[in-house]
Amino acid sequence: MLRYALLRIIGAIPTLLLVIALAFLMVHAAPGGPFDAERVLPPEIEENIARAYNLDESLPQQFLRYLGGLVRGDLGPSYRYRDYTVAELIGNALPLSMQLGVLAMLLAIVAGIAAGLTAALSKNSFVDRLVTGIAMTGISVPVFVVAPVMVLVFAVYLHWLPASWTGGTDISRLVLPVVALALPQIAYIARLTRASMIGVLSSDYVRTARAQGLKTSSIIRYHALKPAMLPLLSYMGPALAGILTGSVVVEQIFGIPGLGQFFIRGALNRDYTLILGIVIVYATLVISLNLVVDLLYGILDPRIRRQ
Amino acid sequence: MNHGLSLIKHHSRQRLPILACVAILLAACGGAQDAKQESVLNRGLGAEPESLDTHKARTNQAGDVQRDLGEGLTGYAADGQLELAAAERVEVSEDGLQYTFWLRPESKWSNGDSVTAQDFVFSFRRLVNPATAAFYAQQSLGDVVNATEIVAGKKPADDLAVEAIDDLQLKITLNNAVPYFLALLSHPSTFPMHRPSIELHGDAHARPGNLVSNGAYRLQAWEVGSYIEIVRNEHYRNNDQTAIDRVRHHITPEDAAELNRYRAGELDITFSVPSEAFQQMRKERPNELRVSPYLAVYYYGFNLTKPPFRDNLKLRQSLSMAIDRETLTEKVTARGEAPAYGWVPPGTNNYEPRQFLYANLSKDERHRKARELYREAVFGEDKPVSLEIRYNTSQGHRRIALAVQSMWREVLGVESTLINEESQVLIENIRMQDVTQVFRSSWTGDYNDAHTFLSVMESDNPSNLTGFHNDEYDGLMDKAAVQTDPRVRQVFLEEAEKLLLAEHPVIPLYFYVNKNMVSLRVRGWGDNVLNYHYSQHLSLADTD
Repeated sequence: MLRYALLRIIGAIPTLLLVIALAFLMVHAAPGGPFDAERVLPPEIEENIARAYNLDESLPQQFLRYLGGLVRGDLGPSYRYRDYTVAELIGNALPLSMQLGVLAMLLAIVAGIAAGLTAALSKNSFVDRLVTGIAMTGISVPVFVVAPVMVLVFAVYLHWLPASWTGGTDISRLVLPVVALALPQIAYIARLTRASMIGVLSSDYVRTARAQGLKTSSIIRYHALKPAMLPLLSYMGPALAGILTGSVVVEQIFGIPGLGQFFIRGALNRDYTLILGIVIVYATLVISLNLVVDLLYGILDPRIRRQ
Repeated sequence: MNHGLSLIKHHSRQRLPILACVAILLAACGGAQDAKQESVLNRGLGAEPESLDTHKARTNQAGDVQRDLGEGLTGYAADGQLELAAAERVEVSEDGLQYTFWLRPESKWSNGDSVTAQDFVFSFRRLVNPATAAFYAQQSLGDVVNATEIVAGKKPADDLAVEAIDDLQLKITLNNAVPYFLALLSHPSTFPMHRPSIELHGDAHARPGNLVSNGAYRLQAWEVGSYIEIVRNEHYRNNDQTAIDRVRHHITPEDAAELNRYRAGELDITFSVPSEAFQQMRKERPNELRVSPYLAVYYYGFNLTKPPFRDNLKLRQSLSMAIDRETLTEKVTARGEAPAYGWVPPGTNNYEPRQFLYANLSKDERHRKARELYREAVFGEDKPVSLEIRYNTSQGHRRIALAVQSMWREVLGVESTLINEESQVLIENIRMQDVTQVFRSSWTGDYNDAHTFLSVMESDNPSNLTGFHNDEYDGLMDKAAVQTDPRVRQVFLEEAEKLLLAEHPVIPLYFYVNKNMVSLRVRGWGDNVLNYHYSQHLSLADTD
């Protein structure tokens, strides 16, 4: 197991390098530079700025310089936020995005599994249809519709919760973004849980357990729950990565200074180093979350472990 | 409790005075009674400032915060009138080349040090030093003797003709008379700098805990992407007159989200008002919606380096005449903008803006004339011209482009294609002057003088995006530049604008307006064409 994990980690290094190289090429291929604006700078000032940020070097030189910095753990200065380094910006933003993402994921898991189980156990009943219906709605209505509506209702009209990140206390400001972020995930997880649970409940070994006279609650707890969670697990790795990297819209709407917002702004501002830094963080997250899921899979399912 | 703790957490780099800590905790836990003692203003700032180092920033947003934190030799009163700020007296030599300033002896930095003429010299030299890579070096000090050579790396920064006669007396020598020089010295890039803290902290000198400023406020916290918090500078020379103790400039790039925050009571002032909500706000909160003229023009530029617009004045004129600007401002933008028939906005000091000759014609006459010109411009009705309009992606720009497209089709039969591009792509395309034909752009005045608009069209100005090159125009601008008699200068400038409009390198569409929501509890808000609203001029009424 440990060897397997190590091999995977070593295998991830070329992937990461490739991602960095591609991202580097792509940001530099995009038209316009980090210091271009409607108000065009005098040429001598453009030269001074290019020199200050080593943008006057050739692309390969810049790439090597960047890699050199990376090896020393230096992600470079931000081209847009000239008072900060990329590492500082990411250092502030990542914990916020993580906090949001993890809370949203927890909420989604608890609410989603509960709803999914309820629906599965009362298959084809009214409750089942209700849960499935709500889940479908949750999946289909995009977050950029749900979130502003929630702000209007709970902040502007009812004044229960703040409309933005800086408008409230630590807890109150988390509620709306976390719920907005969790809603589509709750829906997915509920549907997955329901389908998977129904599948497990109709399998042979559950029927055998029933025939042996076990109570439904013990069947679920000891025999059905674990296998029913397997598809969920393989979903959760990418989902967590998705929630961490995909909170862009929610961060934008609530004005949360998370990683997603910096990613978007970095791209729009051609803040080369900031984009690259965030790409590296995202890539590392996705790679390691996939690894964790694969390892967990082995723990939950002995058949995989043996392979 | 959480609130108080989180505040202190963000401020951990800052050596907060114990009293302030206690005050925050009390305010957070104790409720309204204690909170009343401190007056706190929450302002929408729009996008994030790129830096609080006055030499490394250029956006309006950075300027808004910097004007709260620092002060130059001159500044603006609440009504937008230029006044002396860190200087108490100025003498200008007769030829307009020598400026001597006497600083206010009571001026202090936020750490208690005195503000001296040497601080200005240090800042000005740093501004033009190529190593600083300052955006505004040319713009602010380009007329000072040796500045241009220093920026270009041909002379050392010490050669800049700015001299501290003694601690309080500063002498600046210019290459040529610049009638708006005093206005330039209100720009944040010309604020003094606290040398010891820059030498100590280097690039990190503009951060909370490090930044030493000479304005009404000092920097308390900056949570990137969220807010910038400033607090009263007890050492400020005019501290008695400052009413608000603490100001939070909230980063609010999305105007719709910003308005929600305003409506939820989290902001006292917004940076903007979204188009979609403008009419609703006008109806629901007419007394809070502030609309006033702004020194900025929205225009369509022609690429004059390529056909069909190169050497084709009649085509340019006909396209401009076919656009019904009243319909644009009343039906499309609809936020109180003024239709633009000239280049320099109304409200510009000591200036009578010029207009297109056809500005006073009726709509029908104008359209008839436009069709006539269009026919003469080679393209008959059998040879319709097809154009491309490029604009940067935004709903507002798109709506305007759609309207212009349909006006051109209706009046002239011109078919045009709309191409929206991400703003950095558009800027690059405009600069390359290769694929662009008609492009959207805008120009905002840096100081209240016609020169800030007219100089853009000089042939060597980097912001001249059309490729407009006219020796007579440049000649008039040069004459205005060396003219010390303000009335004669005004004549030259007005002549230049007249010529510019006759040549039609651009189609000005409308003059911008300032659009802000200002809570009724905010007092002292003065509408002005530069849209500068120093927090030190504002106060809060007790309405809660």
